Amino acid sequence: MSKLIATPGQTVGPFYGYALPFPKDSELVPPGQGGSIRVHGTVTDGRGQPIPDCLLEIWQADEHGVIAQRTGSLTRDGHTFTGWGRAAVDDDGHYTFTTVNPGVTEEGKAPFIAVVVFARGLLNKLHTRVYLPENPERLAVDGLLSDLPAERRGTLIAEREEDGSLLWNIRLQGENETVFLDFS
Amino acid sequence: MTPSEQPVVSSDAAANTQAEISEDMRVIHSAYETGKAAGSLSEETQPRIDFPPYRSSILRHPTKDLRHTDPETIELWSPAFGHRDVHKLESDLTIQHNGDPLGERMIVRGRVLDGDGRPVRNQLVEVWQANSAGRYIHKRDQHPAPIDPNFTGVGRCLTGDDGSYEFITIKPGPYPWKNHHNAWRPAHIHFSLFGTDFTQRMITQMYFPGDPLFALDPIYQSITDQKARDRLVAQYDHDVTQHEWATGYTWDIVLSGSNRTWMDTEEDDK
Repeated sequence: MSKLIATPGQTVGPFYGYALPFPKDSELVPPGQGGSIRVHGTVTDGRGQPIPDCLLEIWQADEHGVIAQRTGSLTRDGHTFTGWGRAAVDDDGHYTFTTVNPGVTEEGKAPFIAVVVFARGLLNKLHTRVYLPENPERLAVDGLLSDLPAERRGTLIAEREEDGSLLWNIRLQGENETVFLDFS
Repeated sequence: MTPSEQPVVSSDAAANTQAEISEDMRVIHSAYETGKAAGSLSEETQPRIDFPPYRSSILRHPTKDLRHTDPETIELWSPAFGHRDVHKLESDLTIQHNGDPLGERMIVRGRVLDGDGRPVRNQLVEVWQANSAGRYIHKRDQHPAPIDPNFTGVGRCLTGDDGSYEFITIKPGPYPWKNHHNAWRPAHIHFSLFGTDFTQRMITQMYFPGDPLFALDPIYQSITDQKARDRLVAQYDHDVTQHEWATGYTWDIVLSGSNRTWMDTEEDDK
């Protein structure tokens, strides 16, 4: 039980664009590096319209399941995998990260990428996860996924495209609304 | 009706009056106070994500309950930032150009703590804000207030071992927006924060004491409880104010509780 009451969140608003993005913010590894993949998708609202003012961050283990505790995310020297990235969506609500497939961090657990969502119109941050689609047996016994209604489970599982990319769309509201998480 | 079936005017249409927005907020707050007094609602400490007076929230909030889950592995850690990421001078927003920015120079300082009161050390704090005239350096901000060539309004720092942060900046002005007719945001500084666990990641806004726009602002008022709203308001601190140079404000930030199992050594040298 926490002793102090947390400070409230507030929306990121519309004007983060000159403040939070930084060069290569969405490139956890350089594009084209061996083993790199693209994680991409579109963020949509309750009417299915793309949201053009949304900022995403991902945080993940490396391909061996090691959780990096290395500095250098903001400088991106091209060699250091820090596990964290940030991407503002474009005017069509589309985002792209370049990263690696996260490895298994604990025996028997399904690998996933942790995601946090900020947007104009969204009054507080939202947490979610994107799971790799491989290994359905392991997904079937995952603590979170197995607890979800079948029709909602798929919102947390990316689709593997032919070139190895992961396609994962985020729907803030409405049909196929993405499952968002509460850790309290 | 679900939100997507409601006739929604554009969130930038400025279609409603302040009186209409204020009445909507009054009804929501009154229902909250009644429910809290009756014991049917518990004290709220975070903004509601479903708060129709903030027009652009109508189609952008999840309608299903957040799914409770225990944080796992990666979520129990946070990215690490260091001095290769952030230069010391990035915390001074008044020295980024050739001259001094216009406006009231001020020092904003405080501490970042987790829910158990532990300092969050060596973590990234990012801020951004309007200039003293209430104008952002952003192409989407087109209201006719002057841009200050000596002020960008972006800063970063790393917290110290005691969780402390400090920025030197100028006091931002209030600015108009199109949520409703004649809508103005109270002056604020945006803060972006990391903790020791990724579950603590947050973005918020710091306000200034006594702002006359508080009661009118649907973003600030999306927090239904006055005690929680007060947690976003900095305090004027004359001990931080510096003679013939800058006024001083303090504002401490508490992140949600850490789920990490803390090592004795980490506890000992905090």
